[in-house]
Amino acid sequence: MTTQGVKFYQVGSRAVGNRLLDPSLRTEQANPDRRNALNSGHRACQGCGEALAARYVVDAAVRATNGRLLAVNATGCLEVFSTPYPESSWQVPWLHSLFANAASVATGVSAALKASGRDDIRVLAQGGDGGTVDIGFACLSGMFERNDDVLYVCYDNEAYMNTGVQRSGATPPAARTATSEAVGPQPGNRFGTGKDMARIAMAHEIPYVATATVAELHDLEAKVERAMSMRGARYLHVLVPCPLGWGSAPSDTIRLARLAQRTGLFPLFEAEHGEVTSVQPIRGRVPVEEYLRPQKRYSHLFKDPPATAVIEAIQAIADRNIQRYGLLSEEA
Amino acid sequence: MREQIEGSRAIAQTVARCRPQVVPAYPITPQTHIVEAVGAMVKAGTLTPCEFITVESEFAAMSAAIGASAAGARTYTATASQGLLYMAEALFNASGMGLPVVMTVANRAIGAPINIWNDHSDSMSQRDCGWIQLYAEDNQAAVGLHVIAFRLAEELSLPVMVCVDGFVLTHAVEPIEVPAADVVDGYLPPFHPRQVLDPDDPITIGAMVGPEAYTEVRYLAHHQLNRARDRMPELAEEYALASGYRVSALSKYRVDGARVVIVTLGSVSGTIKDALDEVDDSVGLVTITLYRPFPADEIRAALACADHVIVLERAFAPGAGGVVAADVGAALSGLPTRVSTVVAGLGGRAVTKASVRGVIDDAKADRLPSLSFLDLRTDVIDHELARQAEADRPGPQTQALLRTAGVPASRIG
Amino acid sequence: MFEIRLHGRGGQGVVTAAELLSVAAFLDGKEAQAFPSFGSERMGAPVMAFCRISDTPIRVREPVTNPDVVIVIDASLLHHVDVFSGLAPDGYVLINSTRTLDELGIGELAERHPHNRIITVVASDIAREHIGRPLPNVCLLGAFSALTRTVSIGSIETAVHERFSELVAKANIAAARDAYDRVEVASHA
Repeated sequence: MTTQGVKFYQVGSRAVGNRLLDPSLRTEQANPDRRNALNSGHRACQGCGEALAARYVVDAAVRATNGRLLAVNATGCLEVFSTPYPESSWQVPWLHSLFANAASVATGVSAALKASGRDDIRVLAQGGDGGTVDIGFACLSGMFERNDDVLYVCYDNEAYMNTGVQRSGATPPAARTATSEAVGPQPGNRFGTGKDMARIAMAHEIPYVATATVAELHDLEAKVERAMSMRGARYLHVLVPCPLGWGSAPSDTIRLARLAQRTGLFPLFEAEHGEVTSVQPIRGRVPVEEYLRPQKRYSHLFKDPPATAVIEAIQAIADRNIQRYGLLSEEA
Repeated sequence: MREQIEGSRAIAQTVARCRPQVVPAYPITPQTHIVEAVGAMVKAGTLTPCEFITVESEFAAMSAAIGASAAGARTYTATASQGLLYMAEALFNASGMGLPVVMTVANRAIGAPINIWNDHSDSMSQRDCGWIQLYAEDNQAAVGLHVIAFRLAEELSLPVMVCVDGFVLTHAVEPIEVPAADVVDGYLPPFHPRQVLDPDDPITIGAMVGPEAYTEVRYLAHHQLNRARDRMPELAEEYALASGYRVSALSKYRVDGARVVIVTLGSVSGTIKDALDEVDDSVGLVTITLYRPFPADEIRAALACADHVIVLERAFAPGAGGVVAADVGAALSGLPTRVSTVVAGLGGRAVTKASVRGVIDDAKADRLPSLSFLDLRTDVIDHELARQAEADRPGPQTQALLRTAGVPASRIG
Repeated sequence: MFEIRLHGRGGQGVVTAAELLSVAAFLDGKEAQAFPSFGSERMGAPVMAFCRISDTPIRVREPVTNPDVVIVIDASLLHHVDVFSGLAPDGYVLINSTRTLDELGIGELAERHPHNRIITVVASDIAREHIGRPLPNVCLLGAFSALTRTVSIGSIETAVHERFSELVAKANIAAARDAYDRVEVASHA
């Protein structure tokens, strides 16, 4: 008897998903015995994408490493809301040093484990977009260059949220932040700026680079699993909507992450040693407007008259990504 | 066994005998010979197990050291000058988290203007970062201080900076005895920290502490640092018995009966001793080795009989005066002792016996100001100040000064 | 205390020469100190190195301003740098050069000093002969040993063997010995 794999898609409804899957194919989040590495009681905002992603990622990493995991965290929202002394939400060994040095600290941890013959224990470094693409860039690049055995995860909410929503090197064009206000002839963040950190990681030709969002849980866990099956420098860039900074409804976090991918603005892919090895095709492509409208950080684009040229320019970015990564497959 | 070797090499060999497990290294003159030698030993397999990481900046070096130490590895690095400043944030982080990193600072001036030669402005600028600070008088002392540093660091869970004069000591070839491996092993037990990142016993390190507890945490750090004052003599004694070489927090030379006492740190102490031997007995020398925590009681006791204390220091606080002198003055508070500051040897300018004798003569003739700069070229200063008085536009003084100061390469000393 | 000052340019082994001298003195049972004075690591820039030799431990760290011996590895420095600054009245000078003292413009300095204490040594040529390249630093140490008798040629050889690989050491020692013999003959004839 021939069998055929059935694909289940997460399409914004809770009706189809883990319950219909064989337990071995379910996500770690469906596992009642999961580590719950980021336990409840932390002080994150309602609807925080980063809190969600961190729990997803670290739980997946704990499963992938059989619990033999140490975490290093940069300064930022995640660190601040998870460890209000004397409490801590973390159920894994966890170290926070400074804003710029998570990658270097992780390098040091990894070296210590190697020197003491304990490199069965794996190292995860995590930071926000500011701590990763801006102030932490040199340390991260150094870690990549040396191919140190660390998985670095960037939770990208596209601005310095913890300090009051200031623009970072990951802030997308036209987005309003406290240092790229929606005033003047070019309101919001300028076009032609910003770093594509995933591509920069690829340029270092490290063993593994991937992008993910909080909306695609299976995909995210699979990527963490894959990353942890390898040694050397690995990078995972996760889009995490921030209701406060994006001006979106707390209940929209997952939906917005899904829309970011569906527009083509946030492509999901994997790369090894500098070459793209897989892409997540877009199912049900949407125009960028559908993604931008629910976010107040783009509200200046939708006044009367709307900033059509700017919206088109953003659409052009999405189109370019779709073309570059081949995101529209025949199946769609 | 006593050998005629370069200071840097002796320090590297000593550090290797202390069995560091992780050494992050970033090059900067004049520390390079140390980390190169350590790196070569790791590469050749003579220092093992040890991970030698060529990091991309000093900030990364101290950050990697923090991670390694938190994960339970004995960790070492070395830097100087600009590098020390670049890792300033991480210095406070390491001490605040109680991580026993040991670091050599090959003392060098801080720019601008850029200067690669020896003075103490680098480590002095970080005197309050919460690290234990030790200053070596010569290379034999530097060797002993590194061994003691690891022991002190791991006992007190505090990082230790061993300050060694750049070029003057690091690049000097002199007779040095590196302690034998069994001597170091007997003195320095393996590192087994109480708090370490371990999946079998997970903890959170580096949490955010608010106003309700921050003061207490900082007070305890101060208290802990002060404990080094008590432990240092005991650990130094133990080292002396094991190795035959003695270092102490403070050392005295011809102080008994001296009415004028010079106080200093580092290698200049040797030159001063030679100068004092040519003078009568009324001048003595106190050399400070343990500078942080500041051994105020010991200093006060050592200077008890002096009428006039001259602090000869290789750094200063612009707009204020002496740095060490301020600490010494505070230690002598309530006493009628006169304290003069002589800022000497900035940016590698040699401190000569002749100049030291000049200071002593000035002190005895009561013409030593409360703050003076040794061997200051007043002709150059006067010329520049006159020039500035005429010119009406703002701008830095450095470039203009060089024309008057002359071409350095043609000068001796 | 016996103080030596060496002058040369970056890349000529001035610092190494001072260090080897100090090691040789140590092997002779003396206390010795050697240290450099240089700017950024750059080929061709003027470089000085110092060496002190004594029977008692050396504590002083200042540059040698009153040398008992001045060694000039690169004669082109003679009129750039005041190489003879502070030289003791009965001090020694060794200059690496094929020219005579008069031709070098320092004939009258030589006249003011005791006979045969200021000499030139064709060290680059001797080095070229034995090593194949004009690296005169170790060669000059051989000359130094013969001239001043403050460090034994045997200890210089041992120091060189400890520092360099077999072949390099042998060649340099041959050059040093050659220079030693020539100076020995000339100055103590």
